[in-house]
Amino acid sequence: MARTEKGLTVKEEAVVAINIDTDIVVARHKSRELAAQLGFSYVDLTLIATAVSELARNIVLYGGAGEIQLSLVENGVNRGIVVVAEDHGRGIADINRALQDGYSSSGSLGLGLPGTRRLMDEFEIVSAPGKGTKVTVKKWKR
Amino acid sequence: MDRIPILKMGECLLVSIQVDMDDDLALALRDSLTSRIVQDKARGVLIDISSLDIVDSFIGRMLANIAAMAKILDAQTVLVGMRPSVAMTLVELGLSLPGIQTALNVDRGLKLLHCSPQGESSAAKHH
Repeated sequence: MARTEKGLTVKEEAVVAINIDTDIVVARHKSRELAAQLGFSYVDLTLIATAVSELARNIVLYGGAGEIQLSLVENGVNRGIVVVAEDHGRGIADINRALQDGYSSSGSLGLGLPGTRRLMDEFEIVSAPGKGTKVTVKKWKR
Repeated sequence: MDRIPILKMGECLLVSIQVDMDDDLALALRDSLTSRIVQDKARGVLIDISSLDIVDSFIGRMLANIAAMAKILDAQTVLVGMRPSVAMTLVELGLSLPGIQTALNVDRGLKLLHCSPQGESSAAKHH
């Protein structure tokens, strides 16, 4: 069941469909459960689950519908969790602005994306107007 | 999902959040707490979050909103029992909850609010 992708061996995977706000709770539970299998510290589990919660909420707020893909990975040296949050919503026109603290197009606090970036070790975003948004974040086990 | 119970003790309202709240439940808590402050003429609100292992930006904002609304209604809010990991996450997230008073545990929170059973004043206890 293990497969290799971009130099990462994927050990375990889960996908959570995100459509309504209760799915956010499901996604953060699932991420915590999966990350716990790798033996992350209690603090790291909290950081990971909170990041997943922020990403899932962004899908509900801006994407309308999408999914969160969770994978436990290994790159030969380190083990970690990869979270991919993808939607096919309206996308982000100005990614730099969306990554600034306090910028929000929905009346929220505007901490979702910049906050998530600080909670995780790696952060990557691909988005274009009308093309949806894909955010990939990683946390490595220390 | 069930609503979160709000208990009355003297002039204070006590809430212990025991479930991982979805957005609707968090909004329902904000609405019922603000109504109860007026209805029960409460002077203090104590919210225990010791069971919460996640406070994301939405729940954090809801807690800050509750405190702000309570203040306008002449009631003081104290948030108690925050786990260290939640405190670390909130600060990293950029949500330092200004304007919301915190206490380490329920005991200290009750002292801050001067809450006592049956509304007896602290002077009355000294006979």
